[in-house]
Amino acid sequence: MAVVSQTLTTRWTSLRMWLARMWRPFQPVPLLGWLAAILVGVVIERAIGAPLAQALGMSRVPALFGFVIMLKNPELFFSALLYVFLIYLLPIAVLARTSMRIANQISGKLIGYSVTVSSLVHLVVLYIALFLWSGESDYRVLVAKLAMIAIITTLSLNVVNGYMGEFSCSHPGFMALGAYAASVLTVSLFVDDNLLGQALLPPELGPFVFPISLIIGGTVAAAGALIVAIPSFRTRGDYLAIISLAFMFIVKSLFENLEMFGGPRGLANQPDYASLTTIFIWTIACIWVINNFVRSTMGKALNAVRDGEMAADAMTVNTRRTKMTAFLFAAFWAGVAGGLLAHVIRYINPDTFGIRRLAEVLAMVYLGGLNAVAGSIVGGVGFVLMSEALRPLEILKWIMIPVLLILLMVFRPTGLIAFREFEPEKFLRPKIEPDD
Amino acid sequence: MIEPPVHPSLLAIDTKGNEMALLQVDNMTHHFGGLRAVHNYSLAIEPGQLRGLIGPNGAGKTTIFNLITGRYTPTEGDISLEGTSLIGMKPHEIASLGLSRTFQNLRLWRHMTVLEHVKMARYSKLSYGLTGAFFSTRKRRDEEEDTAKEALRLLRRVGADQYADQVVTNLPYGAQRRVELARALAVEPKVLFLDEPTAGMNPEELRQIMEIIRSIHADFGFAIFLIEHRMRFVMELCEIIQTLDFGEVIAEGTPDEIRNDERVIDAYLGKDIEI
Repeated sequence: MAVVSQTLTTRWTSLRMWLARMWRPFQPVPLLGWLAAILVGVVIERAIGAPLAQALGMSRVPALFGFVIMLKNPELFFSALLYVFLIYLLPIAVLARTSMRIANQISGKLIGYSVTVSSLVHLVVLYIALFLWSGESDYRVLVAKLAMIAIITTLSLNVVNGYMGEFSCSHPGFMALGAYAASVLTVSLFVDDNLLGQALLPPELGPFVFPISLIIGGTVAAAGALIVAIPSFRTRGDYLAIISLAFMFIVKSLFENLEMFGGPRGLANQPDYASLTTIFIWTIACIWVINNFVRSTMGKALNAVRDGEMAADAMTVNTRRTKMTAFLFAAFWAGVAGGLLAHVIRYINPDTFGIRRLAEVLAMVYLGGLNAVAGSIVGGVGFVLMSEALRPLEILKWIMIPVLLILLMVFRPTGLIAFREFEPEKFLRPKIEPDD
Repeated sequence: MIEPPVHPSLLAIDTKGNEMALLQVDNMTHHFGGLRAVHNYSLAIEPGQLRGLIGPNGAGKTTIFNLITGRYTPTEGDISLEGTSLIGMKPHEIASLGLSRTFQNLRLWRHMTVLEHVKMARYSKLSYGLTGAFFSTRKRRDEEEDTAKEALRLLRRVGADQYADQVVTNLPYGAQRRVELARALAVEPKVLFLDEPTAGMNPEELRQIMEIIRSIHADFGFAIFLIEHRMRFVMELCEIIQTLDFGEVIAEGTPDEIRNDERVIDAYLGKDIEI
């Protein structure tokens, strides 16, 4: 056993060294260079992706980097690999490396101008790349939307489970509250529906009212969170876990029994307002606001409460208010995520927000890493991509994902990126070329 | 018992017009269930005083700290700071009124940096609110910057500024103690409570902390109330010492008086020990 683990460790270190050596030429590439290279890679795919895929024996362009094709038709394994290499890896690597100098110059100028301008430019490039990539098929659009919604959910749960160190299980409940509130608003106002009656306003107004309905959804979720927070934050311990789990089931059975909102059959006909752009803007707003919060002294008070409530009290921190605010804040974003989700899949029923959703959200948080904004982004996107890529395995998928999570718990108990501050300024800065 | 001369303008006046000390505790009693932890305890701290609280293990010293700082509510008695009663106030409210403390076994936040620790103690002085926290307004950035500067100044004061950006668990023990002290200073206390500030320190660290306590006391001018086990440390530092046994004050006076008090020697030091 010891011998096996030793050879494994040596293999692992040599692999890491090899990776580090491969990475060295790319070290001075700034974020802007990568984004621009990815953008070009995506353009190449749009131009020659389909004929290349056919030439390699695939019926159409691989939707998710070839994983699905590999699992469905193992004989196409190498063609899928070659496709990913030719379309993504090779052009992106070459472009990132060759455009390094100019990308660094532009990055330097942008950050010299202002961090806001620099972030906006990066986001625009990222958005265009995402837009073109997902334009290839509706399936990609859906995956991109779900991944971004997953970021909002994961990040908001991380505020409670990571930054505050409590264990909350009511996130699906908050999502349900947000989803139902936002759906009821948009459906009753803008759609002729059997359940909620004739449209009250002209549908042209819809997209403008949609953000308001999301905010109302978030507020309803926050109001629900208040019900959980009042009894459970009197003391520390497992109370929150138990009460919040109960809350999740109460919300679910509430909607199962509310016939006016469709009962167990659910609510459909949500208008198609949650476009890629809308969700992208909401996701960026969520990341920005939560990151601002957790980096402020008021947000750091959450860590103080987690790591020593008595000391926090003695250092003038209003611990109860801190906990309540953070919990309501997290619930608000969960509600927004629920509202967006309802308008993406355009059908919700109480079962959408059950224990399965809870397992998923918790998995995303712990996969990505506690107490880290970057971790939650990686966790949310990673989990959605993984669960889509493993879809061909059908029922085996629900064995694979838990196994992967167990392995993660063994080798990286705190998640991929944990306890790290997310500083956008650092990413936006130009990289310095190492002197040879 | 001696009453040190205090300038009249420094004395607070209570509602009945009586002169009160800066921090005054009157006949405080506390029971944990059936156990009487503190009995009929009184204290009057004047501005700028350096006072000590000694007593054998389990005498109720830390309980008294916890009662005054609002961790527990006394069963009977009254506590007031500058004439305002502290009974029924939350610990964080009492702290922001100017009662700051350190802990017997360091209570630092293990994932936070040294600078963040000291900044955190300025929590109640921040005014940017949730809007600032969520949207990173100019006001928030200015306030955070000022707080950081202030925190660095205090860290320099206790000689821990070189650790500012390190996570606190990576620091040597003595430095952790000094960080905790800087954190308590950031509250801007009127009375600073130190619960065994020298616990677990080696002679070198002990000398350092004593120097620091002396100099911050001289500079900031607040009152200090400390619990300590090392007799020499207390005797050298404090002007007035209270001795506690089984939750009751058995003696109060200058170091010399305490040294020669029969009851103290009997109850605390043992009959045959010379000090």
